Amino acid sequence: MKRRISPTLIALALAVVLFFLGGLIQPGFTSFELAMNILRLAAFLGIVAAGQTLVIISGGEGIDLSVGAMVTLGAIISYGLISKRDDRIWIGFLASLGAGVIIGTLNGIGVAYLRIPPLVMTLGMATVIQGLIFAVTQGSLEGGSAPLLSKITTEPLLLGIPGILYIWAAFAGLMWLLLQRTRYGKNLFAIGTNRITARLSGVNVKATVVATYMLCSTLASFGGFIFLGYYERVFLNLGNPYTLPSIAAVVMGGTVLSGGVGSYWGTMAGSIVLTLITSLLTTLRMEEHLRQIVYGLILLVLLAAYGRQRALRQ
Amino acid sequence: MKAALNSGLLRRLGRQYFLFSLLLLIIGVVVNASLQANFFKPIALVGLLRTYLPLVLLAAGQTIVIIGGGIDLSVGSIVSMVNVILVTRMGAEATQSQVLTAVALGLLAGTLAGALNGACIAFLRFQPLVTTFATSSIFAGIAVWVLPRPGGSVPEFFMQPYRSAPLGITFPLWVILGVALVWWYLRSTRFGRYLYATGGDAYAAYMSAVPVEWIRFFSYVASGLMAALSGLLLTMSIGTGSALIGLDMTMPSIVSVVLGGTALSGGGGGVIGTILGVFILAIIRNIISFANVPSWWQTLVNGLAVMLILAGPGIWALIRGRREA
Repeated sequence: MKRRISPTLIALALAVVLFFLGGLIQPGFTSFELAMNILRLAAFLGIVAAGQTLVIISGGEGIDLSVGAMVTLGAIISYGLISKRDDRIWIGFLASLGAGVIIGTLNGIGVAYLRIPPLVMTLGMATVIQGLIFAVTQGSLEGGSAPLLSKITTEPLLLGIPGILYIWAAFAGLMWLLLQRTRYGKNLFAIGTNRITARLSGVNVKATVVATYMLCSTLASFGGFIFLGYYERVFLNLGNPYTLPSIAAVVMGGTVLSGGVGSYWGTMAGSIVLTLITSLLTTLRMEEHLRQIVYGLILLVLLAAYGRQRALRQ
Repeated sequence: MKAALNSGLLRRLGRQYFLFSLLLLIIGVVVNASLQANFFKPIALVGLLRTYLPLVLLAAGQTIVIIGGGIDLSVGSIVSMVNVILVTRMGAEATQSQVLTAVALGLLAGTLAGALNGACIAFLRFQPLVTTFATSSIFAGIAVWVLPRPGGSVPEFFMQPYRSAPLGITFPLWVILGVALVWWYLRSTRFGRYLYATGGDAYAAYMSAVPVEWIRFFSYVASGLMAALSGLLLTMSIGTGSALIGLDMTMPSIVSVVLGGTALSGGGGGVIGTILGVFILAIIRNIISFANVPSWWQTLVNGLAVMLILAGPGIWALIRGRREA
């Protein structure tokens, strides 16, 4: 059998190439500050895509299209509860996570117990979340971010590296532990490979699925909390542009959409590549529509590189 | 005699995949009629049909792709693309031949867009979801390129047919009838049978000499063409252009397919169910607007209603305590 190069390595190599390509096209692109800024944005996408990684590994056509709406909800809850006070950050943090737990559990119950296809369940949930946001806020958003939150996430913390990158590194370690060293991780890969054999080997398939969707929404909501630290303001659909990139990042990292195979390292690399592409296109002062076209084309090329499915004749 | 005919008809109906959707639609109509006094007046029904006709075509194309085992997230962007092409190639003073050229160009663009999707997915074996997401970004970009700011207009005679009623039957109904007939024919053709086989079990189909790759390819071409037709009808209906017009149509097209009883896993279902699915969506929205739901609550109520319908069969199975495999 031909040994394949790890998709994570391909994505990382691609990131390095893109970075220096950016430097060639636009002098100044390779500065330390810009690199940190790109990584900072990649960390945000990476945290949102972490949950997506779990859901996709879980198989059974698993996918979560409600992450964008969940990011919005998390950000708006944090914004409203923190309302510019450092000592209330933890309230916003816990409340946004709590909302993620509730929504994610509902997604999981819909998928595992009511057997609604994940794509439709999470799509419907995205509408419900959006509706919830409209109904509760009535369009007027009051609150504010806290200075400390921005300090932690955005400003250089140590060695000129922003705090969020330390958080991301620690987070990546936790994700590795979760996937490789816990019973949950083992069960997750087992149900992603084959649900029937997993069930017959004593894995509680439904509980694992519910836990997975719960984690996904919670992480997306945490992403919304981080978003607040970055941008210090919220709007009603701020998370929408992140749903599909979160899936693209996962696929780019070598996690197979049919489930059972994948890693968080790959997703991290994928997030960096996607963010780099966006930054590169922005740096080139490309117009919005051209940026969209090129973004799509690059995604297609990347799919050609390692997103291909098995041939029928083998 | 008559009873036998009736029971035969009922039995046949009972076997249809869209039975649940039909029941839902009937319930929806009853609820709606009780809230809206003039619901059965032609003007209300025709208004609904005109509003949702483009979605019917879009969802019909989506159905073909889904039966074949795929999914198409780019249909909304194709609608936008065709809409802006039509508007920019016409203008209010366009002659008949200019209009025809524009229409041909628009349909060609949609079909080519579908062919790009199909080629990537069928022959290059890209994953459908991510591929059509990527191409939807391309098509949306092209749409903004063609028409950066919303606007433009079309000649009056181009919009006229949309509001006409040949033989006393409103135009949208003719189109829907046409779609149903074409589907009814298509289903019985070799393409139709191969489509179900491909979506049901691609490997088995391949082993039985079904040209799986070509079937997949043409399912996306069909979806692109249907999206283009949807864009054409939408332009006839609104008479102006916007590069974002189709953005919110992709997701309803998928939800309509599912509401119509076609499984996302492929290999089953059909367009007739999808047409019912679109009607269900239309009725839900109509009920919400006539039940005086405050506007900030409408999205939530709409979302919850759709979720409840989708969860219905699952809840029913749980209550009956059916064991699954």
